[in-house]
Amino acid sequence: MNHLTASDLLGLFGHFLVLSLLAVGGAITTVPDMHRFIVVEHHWLTDAQFTASIAIAQAAPGPNVLFVAVLGWNVAGPLGTLATMVGSLLPSTALSLWATRWGTQRRETRGVRAFTAGLTPLTLGLLLSTGWVLAEPYLLSDAHRWGALALIALSVGVMMRTTLSPIWLVVVGMVAGALGWI
Amino acid sequence: MTIEAAPPIDALAAPASTKELFIAFSSLSLQGFGGVLPVAQRVLVERRRWLTKEQFVEMLSVSQVLPGPNVVNLALMFGDRCFGLRGAFAALAGMLLVPLLIVLALTALYGQFAQNPVVTGALRGMGAVAAGLVIATGLKLLTTLRRNVMGLPVCLGFATVTVLATAWLRVPLVWVILGLGAVAITVAWSRLKR
Repeated sequence: MNHLTASDLLGLFGHFLVLSLLAVGGAITTVPDMHRFIVVEHHWLTDAQFTASIAIAQAAPGPNVLFVAVLGWNVAGPLGTLATMVGSLLPSTALSLWATRWGTQRRETRGVRAFTAGLTPLTLGLLLSTGWVLAEPYLLSDAHRWGALALIALSVGVMMRTTLSPIWLVVVGMVAGALGWI
Repeated sequence: MTIEAAPPIDALAAPASTKELFIAFSSLSLQGFGGVLPVAQRVLVERRRWLTKEQFVEMLSVSQVLPGPNVVNLALMFGDRCFGLRGAFAALAGMLLVPLLIVLALTALYGQFAQNPVVTGALRGMGAVAAGLVIATGLKLLTTLRRNVMGLPVCLGFATVTVLATAWLRVPLVWVILGLGAVAITVAWSRLKR
């Protein structure tokens, strides 16, 4: 953890504020630029610390955007978390609220209906594509391919055919992984 | 572990208070490992029936084109629709507050366990399940395309091109939305009656 001056903290906040507006597709798409700012430009974290920050958030429950909070914490403690989280969420929150109200008032108009009907197949394509990107590293690894494939198939099957809570599948994955089965 | 019967699709319910909204979003967020979206779909659409499949996909589509995390935007929109600004912040706080405390606690512990093979194995297993959950959510929501004004074959065409462009060619999302999205919206526009 570093001791950041007030102007450093403000800079951190400002940088995440700008990135928030560019984060179409989620905060994870701006990771390369966060890396450039925090590791390359300011040396607040090492490469390994940066990667570990993201890995921790992936392993924890909750939305993936929480990796931003971990980055802030590792850079400057609680104030760092405050700077990165508020910076990341403020612009997108304001814009979402404004857009949803604007769209809800006009949801029966031809323009808004065309917008949502047109984007729906893309949204579903992006979901499937996200699933693929998450699965790919396992499927490309000789050591983990078949175990991972079995877990993925089990998860898809159970989700499609039952109303079991997904948390049970996460538990199965955790136990199978801890026992070294995948 | 109980397997419940699938609820009827069209009966819609609504949260009674901002407190219920906060608790519902906290609980679904805490069940989301490697992505909250599959849990959000299961809880909001199938369990609590606060949204239909179509409404869920519609909100997701709007979240997708807005900056910011999709699932966080979805929480804001849903909360706002229920109770205005208070609802939006109740859902947002539910989604973020408790998971934030957990992730910061894990950050403090991480150094001791990062190299432990049991821990890395468990994380690998959870990661594979997370991938399966996202794929299942996408497949399940494909049925909403039947009611799409563009017709099922055209929709499946757009979905396939999206998958190829983003997963295989790795085209940046912005270009997919601006390019393919503009084409799809134009097609939908031309098929809609005035």
